[in-house]
Amino acid sequence: MKCDPTLVESIVNKVLQKLNEEGVVVNKENNNDEEIREFSDITEYSLYDKIFIKNPLDEEALKTLKKSTPARICIGRSGPRYLTIPWLRFRADHAAAMDAVFSEVSEEFLNKLNLFSVTTKAKNKDEYLTRPDLGRVLSEEAKMTIKKNCPESPNVQVIVVDGLSSKAIEENAEDFLASFMESIKSYGLSLGRPFFIRYGRVPVMNDVGEVLKPDVVVELIGERPGLVTANSMSAYLCWRPRSNTVESQRNVVSNIHNKGLDPVEAGAHVAGIVKKIYEQQKSGIDLIL
Amino acid sequence: MQLKTRLFGKSYVFKSVKEVLAKASEEKAGDILAGIAAESNEERIAAKRVLSELTLEDLRKNPVIPYEEDGVTRVIDDGICEGVYREIKNMTVMELREYILDHHTTGEDIKRISPGLTAEMAAAVAKIMSNMDLVYAASKIKIATTARTTIGLPGTLSFRIQPNHPNDSVEGILASIMEGLSYGSGDAIIGVNPNEDSVENTIRLMNATHEFIEKWGIPTQNCVLSHITTQMKALEAGAKVDVFFQSVAGTESCNKEFGISAKLLDEAFEMIKKKGCAGGPNLMYFETGQGSELSLGAHHGVDMQTLEARTYGFARRYRPFMVNNVSGFIGPETLYDGKQVIRASLEDHFMGKLLGLPMGMAPCYTNHMKADQNDQENAIMLLALAGANYYMGVPGSDDCMLSYQDTSYHDDVTLRELLGLRPAPEFEKWLEEMGIMKDGKLADIAGDPSIFFKREPLGRR
Repeated sequence: MKCDPTLVESIVNKVLQKLNEEGVVVNKENNNDEEIREFSDITEYSLYDKIFIKNPLDEEALKTLKKSTPARICIGRSGPRYLTIPWLRFRADHAAAMDAVFSEVSEEFLNKLNLFSVTTKAKNKDEYLTRPDLGRVLSEEAKMTIKKNCPESPNVQVIVVDGLSSKAIEENAEDFLASFMESIKSYGLSLGRPFFIRYGRVPVMNDVGEVLKPDVVVELIGERPGLVTANSMSAYLCWRPRSNTVESQRNVVSNIHNKGLDPVEAGAHVAGIVKKIYEQQKSGIDLIL
Repeated sequence: MQLKTRLFGKSYVFKSVKEVLAKASEEKAGDILAGIAAESNEERIAAKRVLSELTLEDLRKNPVIPYEEDGVTRVIDDGICEGVYREIKNMTVMELREYILDHHTTGEDIKRISPGLTAEMAAAVAKIMSNMDLVYAASKIKIATTARTTIGLPGTLSFRIQPNHPNDSVEGILASIMEGLSYGSGDAIIGVNPNEDSVENTIRLMNATHEFIEKWGIPTQNCVLSHITTQMKALEAGAKVDVFFQSVAGTESCNKEFGISAKLLDEAFEMIKKKGCAGGPNLMYFETGQGSELSLGAHHGVDMQTLEARTYGFARRYRPFMVNNVSGFIGPETLYDGKQVIRASLEDHFMGKLLGLPMGMAPCYTNHMKADQNDQENAIMLLALAGANYYMGVPGSDDCMLSYQDTSYHDDVTLRELLGLRPAPEFEKWLEEMGIMKDGKLADIAGDPSIFFKREPLGRR
């Protein structure tokens, strides 16, 4: 029997379409006519509408419930345990959060942004996580490096700090800095040379203040990852941070990531607050926004 | 009192009971951070050896923070039953351990000596116990309590539904409650952590949960986990609530950081007894966990475990309905990994039960710890063997408001099945009427919250 090539193709296409509907995506690669099959990305479904309960009593009611909360409800069960897809989704979200904490900001990223790098007194990630006190202070070597490479007493000094999410920095710092620097220049404020601090916590800016004597410090730092996003960055701002500065003297803009406050917008927004800090010569709870 | 021993021929001398207690602790990040942990594994065992020979009287006479300096020490010491204490004061810690573990010692025997024990004694005996010792010893001690309904009865395992929502949406909170109930969770309490700690919001959430419970005739109690002063104002303003909540700690200075004192809690307890919706007599819900004193700089150089025992000594003054131990919530600077969370949870559950408290457990983890869901599941299986009264129930383990992971509705029902445990009796009857459970097993319809859209509310028939 002779095969009709167009019929074969139409059957193949129908099968592909069916597979697609079932969550199996097939990419047709032209070279060697090889097909690489790919399973659907389980991190793409929304926690606000995906229902896993088989044959529910009232599907419409479940849709209403789902829309009302990001909580992982309507996830069904197999016996008393989770169904496989919601279980793997949960593990994926946690994996992203863990990787964001335990990975390092790459050299490639720092080179691209032309940031030199210094380290706090914490010697590695483990020590950083278990000794919050060490992440708050710069090593002696770091202080010397900063002194050598940065101009003193700028109006604005930017520091980029890994904090609890290296991914947050890699995802957001570049876009943030582009719009931030442009805005700062348009206000006629002088900018110091930005640099990167590894294993840092928020108060490390006090040491930077002591060494470089800037008027305003802007510290970009990775937030502790949640399961909703592992890539959220904060910007902490402070008028003349010094060794005796306390938390209430800082301002913070948090939730900077692509599903939260967009990093480009955040850059301009933070620059606006910096201007106010500079004009009022104060920050934190005393600042009038 | 002797604080000296030899081990492998080497001499170890300790300066104080406080130092012995700290160095006898199993390794934990928080004690290392505070600079009080044993400097070697051998020193740790030397400290345990010395501790095992101390008498209960030595421990009472040397509280880790002096009576004159700390309100928690005073609450504990003033509350001791002198008659019981006189009978046991000459026991060594070693003798106490072996008495508790002995086949001839029943749970009732242990409960009888409990009022004569101080926090330091409970901490000391736990420090010379292995994980399995802690599970076995605790499994003897059953502590049942009553607010509206009774939990902690032998053969039962209960759960708090924790239906938090990032914006405190009542609709979203009720959705998580329906999901939890459809799994048979919620017999301990329905307790919401509000995102916004205001009187108005607290009243709103108290009334919404109360109304839902009434409408569906659910044999359980409600609670909103605002600060105690906010809850008191809400109750004064006429909100409907069964149980008051507060986080408590093991030093006066840490309680001050929490904005509480014994006097304030005395007032709160009186108020909920008079104005709350439940009959009691157990009407307070406390949350505790190793490391809170350290993270607030209020630890006085005392190890995390002993401070936790002091927290229980303080809590028992109020005959609480539930005490929930949350290990792993603060982060790796206090408990570094799954192993440390599990150890701390087993210690705390045992110490709490030994001091007469209705312990529920929430071994959990944040995303910057070296722990994951598997560690948490290990912890709750061990604690269920040990006889924990209840666990949290969080949808899919992910608390979308507090950003940490805790026990899920799925975990709750699995533990019941594994150990043949049942919900609190009245609640089980309600589950049967709803068609969610039959003969102690989940019905096919369980896990489908739309049951609440298909059935007539049971409370208003």
